[in-house]
Amino acid sequence: MSTLHTVNKSPFERNSLDTCLSLAGNGSTVLLIEDGVAGALKNTTATQSISDAMGKGVKFAVLGEDLSARGLPADRIIDGISVVDYTGFVQLAADHDNVQSWL
Amino acid sequence: MKFAIQINEGPFTHQAADTAYQFTKAALENGHEIFRVFFYHDGVNNGTMYGVPPVDDRNVSALWSELAEKHDLDLVVCVAAAQRRGIMDADEAKRHGKGASNIAPKFRISGLGQLIEAGIQADRLLVFGD
Repeated sequence: MSTLHTVNKSPFERNSLDTCLSLAGNGSTVLLIEDGVAGALKNTTATQSISDAMGKGVKFAVLGEDLSARGLPADRIIDGISVVDYTGFVQLAADHDNVQSWL
Repeated sequence: MKFAIQINEGPFTHQAADTAYQFTKAALENGHEIFRVFFYHDGVNNGTMYGVPPVDDRNVSALWSELAEKHDLDLVVCVAAAQRRGIMDADEAKRHGKGASNIAPKFRISGLGQLIEAGIQADRLLVFGD
């Protein structure tokens, strides 16, 4: 059973990304949206936990519109995180068996 | 694919109402079906027609009404959450002795059963909130 997890809070503000990662398993995808896009940046305190989750087979995506809205360029994103648009978000929701929003 | 959308946050609060709108729009543009959009908790505030944001800002309620008009969406506002926050259709306004209704075009007021049904009938239920 694959799950798309959406995280909309910055990991520097709330612990929802960590909670999500403690439950996301192999075959799941974590999509970072809204303020959650901050978690996708390289060289932060959240980077290690994202790398660890990638090692367990969790995939990562980030919403490009929300990166741009915050002035964050794609070259500052951790390698291996794919940048998607809203159509990509819809596709991810369709491709997984269910969607879990971490609010 | 059939999607159901739940919105727990009002417009201009943070970003969830906007994200939900953009997701819904993208889903429709890509040929998917939106079974229902259910407005719950502070999300019911998306259903008032009396919001007048500055002309250079987006009007979230009006955007929903327009999208619903175009795609015949079922926009449902939770009755209990709406009563608490003063969102009323003509029947509710009359029943509670209020002067006028304020529900936006294409929105309707109903109960939590509509959310449960959406969860059962749709292939995916997405929750947007804060």
